[in-house]
Amino acid sequence: MNDHSILRVVSKIMIPFILLFALYVQFHGDFGPGGGFQAGVIFASAFILYGLIFGIENARKVLPANATRILLACGVILYAGVGVAGMFLGGNYLDYNVLAATATGGQHLGIFLVEFGVGTTVAATMVTIFFVFAGQDF
Amino acid sequence: MVATAFAIIRLRNLFAVVILSGIFSLLAASLYVLLMAVDVAFTEASVGAGISTLLMLATLAITSEYEKKSRRSNWLPKVIVFVTGAVLIYGTLDMPLYGAADAPANLHLIPRFILESGTEIGIPNIVTSVLASYRGYDTLGETVVIFTAAIGVLVLLGRGHNRWRPGMRKPVVPEDREEEV
Repeated sequence: MNDHSILRVVSKIMIPFILLFALYVQFHGDFGPGGGFQAGVIFASAFILYGLIFGIENARKVLPANATRILLACGVILYAGVGVAGMFLGGNYLDYNVLAATATGGQHLGIFLVEFGVGTTVAATMVTIFFVFAGQDF
Repeated sequence: MVATAFAIIRLRNLFAVVILSGIFSLLAASLYVLLMAVDVAFTEASVGAGISTLLMLATLAITSEYEKKSRRSNWLPKVIVFVTGAVLIYGTLDMPLYGAADAPANLHLIPRFILESGTEIGIPNIVTSVLASYRGYDTLGETVVIFTAAIGVLVLLGRGHNRWRPGMRKPVVPEDREEEV
């Protein structure tokens, strides 16, 4: 789609805002609707839009295959790691109360990290699935 | 929504079907908003109307745009679909009315979440505190499911999927031409 200049310009303008909105949904999930899952999908859609307009090859330069694979695992490890950290600090698995000085502070921190893990994995998954499907040459 | 669903069944142009299923998801998301389930609506809009439509379009790009006419008779699937639908509708007859205060779902845990999650978790969005804290294990499981989906796609279609691996009889692609694949 290299010759569609309107699409290229509009998507270039849109992508930063999509990424920003994804971060807002991610970190505002405690207060409004949204959370890691939705934020990950929106974040991934920005990269998918880039891949659609500018080609998978260029999108892969921005976000190499190895990076998405590492991020894919990082999200799950972060989520499970929060649970293990709670165990080391004397609580049950995935018990956030012990993560900080106060119980609600610990809950805030735990939910924040866990949602971030979900967001990372979801975003990496969506990008991986799209790039792998669209990158096939038939 | 019913009209879109019937159009999806009848149409043979797959591009129109994909767009209609996106519209269907968007209508479902509006329905969830009407039922005050904004978090679910958000997920439905971003996943159902957004990403899955996009993935379908990407799939359409590597296959044909029109569905082939099936020659087999399809009365058995129709019977199964109608019976299942009738049973499901029959099942809803016994359900409590939407929003009824004495519904079992509203009596057991919901009051506790609404009354105490503010002091226990300290987060205004009750959905988030249920999802990430009270139901932390479930969400961990969901994350692992998504992770597994990505791993499955990578194993089946990922880079280097036609290289030789232990267990294969012989290299599909000769070693010296591997870089070109």
